[in-house]
Amino acid sequence: MLSSRTEFLNGAKAELPILLGVAPFGMIYGVLALQAGLSPAVALAMSSIVFAGSAQFIGTQLIVQGAGGVVIVATTFIVNLRHALYSASVAPFIKQVPLRWKVLLAYLLTDEAYAVVITRFTQPDGSSAPNRHWFYFGAGITLWSTWQISSALGIFVGQLIPASWSLDFTLALTFIALVVPNLKDRASVAAAVSAGIMAAFSYTWPYKLGLFAAAMTGIVIGMLVEQRQSRSQLSDLPATDRPITD
Amino acid sequence: MNLWLIIFGMGIVTFGTRLTPIVLLGRIEIPLIVQRALRFVPPAVLTAIIVPELFYRNDQLDVSLTNVRLLAGLIAIVVAWRTKNALITIGVGMITLWVLGAIIR
Repeated sequence: MLSSRTEFLNGAKAELPILLGVAPFGMIYGVLALQAGLSPAVALAMSSIVFAGSAQFIGTQLIVQGAGGVVIVATTFIVNLRHALYSASVAPFIKQVPLRWKVLLAYLLTDEAYAVVITRFTQPDGSSAPNRHWFYFGAGITLWSTWQISSALGIFVGQLIPASWSLDFTLALTFIALVVPNLKDRASVAAAVSAGIMAAFSYTWPYKLGLFAAAMTGIVIGMLVEQRQSRSQLSDLPATDRPITD
Repeated sequence: MNLWLIIFGMGIVTFGTRLTPIVLLGRIEIPLIVQRALRFVPPAVLTAIIVPELFYRNDQLDVSLTNVRLLAGLIAIVVAWRTKNALITIGVGMITLWVLGAIIR
């Protein structure tokens, strides 16, 4: 049986390689949150209160563009909906811990923590090791600390950079770097292209509702294309004239 | 003050999606159609944010060679596609923006 201390340190160690990718993003967040006009206090608070990289980038962008609060919060919800899947996935492995632990571990649940935690939990002893929640805590708190420190560093550096450097553009570039490499199949390309076209036409709608319209367009088109593809793989019938059932 | 409300709202919905399934284990199930839709959330939402950043200048559609953000963005897309490296993409995009900005201005 591994001690809680060993599990904690193993969790922290498993998270280390991922930090190399996270720390620069934390700094970029800090820099551009200031460039976008947020105060250091607000920018820093977002890192600890929201603690979700992509939602923070998107939230910053929407605040700058003057989107309504409801649109910003609703967009955050959609963007972070995937965390519900992670949460459901780790739930069976931490059902034995007290509620205060569950609250803490849920707060620390990010893409990067989930990736190493679920790997640990699906090892042969993963569902029986009594101190496995310490592994989760070690991984989660390591990532959390890195995110707080790197965004604080970015905020500090960001104050020294003049607006004429146009560093706010790093936001759009960050999103490009996140999206493009993941367009691996026709359905996700269709989702991105249709969302982009819709966004170009709906940008001037009030309260940034165009963002919603564009996102929903992309999601629906992506699902339709995926459905057509999987059906044409499963049967010999032409993919075109089949009813949509779900 | 309103900004703080927005940030707390963002925090609550984020924490809520992370906590609810852990606490309600076995009592809720995520519908299959939502699980399928989630895969398309990042490309759809992020592209919907990128496109106006590139194509609009001062709230006006600007598809011209003087729109340096559009040109730098298109180059960044090619770089992201070829290298799959975020830092190189951001670096090349920014340098392109600065160089084009200096030439075109």
